[in-house]
Amino acid sequence: MASIEMSHIVKKYGDGFPAVNDVSLDIAEGEFMILVGPSGCGKSTLLRMIVGLEDITSGDMVIAGNRVNDKAPRDRNLSMVFQNYALYPHLTVYENIAFPLRLAKVSDDEVRRRVDEAADVLELREHLERKPANLSGGQRQRVAMGRAIVRAADAFLFDEPLSNLDAKLRGQMRTEIARLQRRLGITTVYVTHDQTEAMTLGDRVCVLRKGVIQQVASPRELYEQPVNLFVAGFIGSPPMNFLPASVSGNALQTPFGTIELDEERAKKISGHDLLLVGIRPEYFEDASLVDEAKKPRGTTFTARVDVTEWLGDAQYAYIPYEAPADVTEQLKELSRELDSDQLRTQAVVSIDSTSRIREGREAEFWLDTRKVHVFDPKTGENLTRDAEAGRRLTEEAAEDRIEQVERARV
Amino acid sequence: MSTREKVGWGIGGLIIIIYCLFPVAWIVSLSFKSSDDIANGQFLPTEFSGANYEQILVGDAAGLFLPALVNSFGICLIATFISCLLSMFAAYAIARLDFPGKKIILSTALAVAIFPVISIVTPLFNLWRQIGLYNTWPGLIIPYLSLTLPISIWTLSAFFREIPWEMEQAAQVDGATPWQAFRKVIVPLAAPGVFTTAIIAFFLAWNDFVYGISLTSTEAARPVPAALGLFSGASQFESPNGPIAAAALIVTIPVIVLVLLFQRRIVAGLTNGAVKG
Repeated sequence: MASIEMSHIVKKYGDGFPAVNDVSLDIAEGEFMILVGPSGCGKSTLLRMIVGLEDITSGDMVIAGNRVNDKAPRDRNLSMVFQNYALYPHLTVYENIAFPLRLAKVSDDEVRRRVDEAADVLELREHLERKPANLSGGQRQRVAMGRAIVRAADAFLFDEPLSNLDAKLRGQMRTEIARLQRRLGITTVYVTHDQTEAMTLGDRVCVLRKGVIQQVASPRELYEQPVNLFVAGFIGSPPMNFLPASVSGNALQTPFGTIELDEERAKKISGHDLLLVGIRPEYFEDASLVDEAKKPRGTTFTARVDVTEWLGDAQYAYIPYEAPADVTEQLKELSRELDSDQLRTQAVVSIDSTSRIREGREAEFWLDTRKVHVFDPKTGENLTRDAEAGRRLTEEAAEDRIEQVERARV
Repeated sequence: MSTREKVGWGIGGLIIIIYCLFPVAWIVSLSFKSSDDIANGQFLPTEFSGANYEQILVGDAAGLFLPALVNSFGICLIATFISCLLSMFAAYAIARLDFPGKKIILSTALAVAIFPVISIVTPLFNLWRQIGLYNTWPGLIIPYLSLTLPISIWTLSAFFREIPWEMEQAAQVDGATPWQAFRKVIVPLAAPGVFTTAIIAFFLAWNDFVYGISLTSTEAARPVPAALGLFSGASQFESPNGPIAAAALIVTIPVIVLVLLFQRRIVAGLTNGAVKG
């Protein structure tokens, strides 16, 4: 177990392009840190710099108090699970898991004991004599994890380990990884482009964009108090809706009616004229299903529904809206950057699954205005972010983690 | 596939097989003909005789043939071994490392392979005589390396390129030195490729005639193809075709054995990258 401290890490490739730009990040002992971002954001490069497969252009990488910039991967005592597992096809599962121990010249008895132990944890006992080629995707993934945990490494590094699995298995392995990490209490760095994995696994999540850290916080803080448009749009599925809005006094004029803001938030947005309002799909509701007592806390508006998707436990409605050309262009740019190609300006609205709202009809919606965020479209900055509330959320997460680790150890 | 199609394919295959193997069958038949039977104008010998085999294995041609067989084996095996070893390192470097002149090495290797052997042989003959390599094993091994290395480097670097980088990186993270990663992970994975390369290299060296006849003068180093060319009949008017056919058959046997032994390896090697493992 060890902490990992990065200060001002830069990675420049031959053409001078900084894949990772001035990243400073402290990962505490036993913490589960997620590096997340769309493809090409430098998250894998950062992970590979931690493990030593990529040279560091400048900055300091400190693991367990030692600067490791110039150390070879084998001297860093980290273990890594690769995206394609990188199992050795010519060796049996047993020898695959034993490989790091064999290199460390561990005695045969000790190897057997530790491989068996790892195999028990991962339920690989009956597959030990098979070759990787004969295993299913999930089993291969577990072998790769076995190879990582068999050695008493200082930290685990995962490079998109679940992206080759089908959706169902991915869910199972996700909980498996979470359980394993808590049980072993080992510092873990996990790279993914999947925001669900980031939200469910991480103690803290580091969101990267073009090699620059956007925000490092607990999943809850990222969700409720994002620092900018990018983070807000990346975290959450379906993603946050961004509506163009113009300021008039304490209120915002949006395509979906007027949103009244409280004093404090109104103060923060004064001086701007065109803004973007960020509204999560679940802040909307079918107006006919909203409690009368709750209604005054938001606004109601009518809109024509384009498409509805009924999922059983939830229902999504898609509402197209008109936006100024420059805002449309910017939203397109953002969605491209987030790896999702949104073709039209439409809001995704989550409504109760019992709602009778159907596509093609005009319907009345209610919008909870208390939690909406307002963004500056030029800088992308979140103008209404409550830093104090965010800090509290992340602190709570840290306390939870400590408690969970204690419990897992007993 | 309908029966008709099957029959069609069968007949087609048969024609190709006959077309390919007919010369071989002819040599076999020839090797069993006695010397006055060779020009009998028919495919099969009138009487099967082992005289040709007797002549090259224990008779008067044995002095020419048997040492040549030993030479050929020794020289070709050594050349193949060295060529495999060298090309393994070279191909690994080409496939994995980024260094200036990588392209030049590859294209030079190809250029060497394209050069006609006969144009090099005369200067080599003079040089070898002066530095004392003429008519020695090393004197043939070195030119054979120039024959086999280019093709070996090319095939092996293709194989190495197909081995995922991650394999090696995983090994390094697991605590292996670059050399350990190469030996314990890359070499076993490249084994089919190495076998394929070894066989191709062996064939090339084994079949060489020009170097063999030009750079040797006695049975100290003369390989089989050169020795075959020096066979003579019992008299000036008798053709040596019978013994040559017999010797040709005998030297084909090790090659066939080699291919059969490693056939599975070669096939595995050829389809290695096709299936995601």
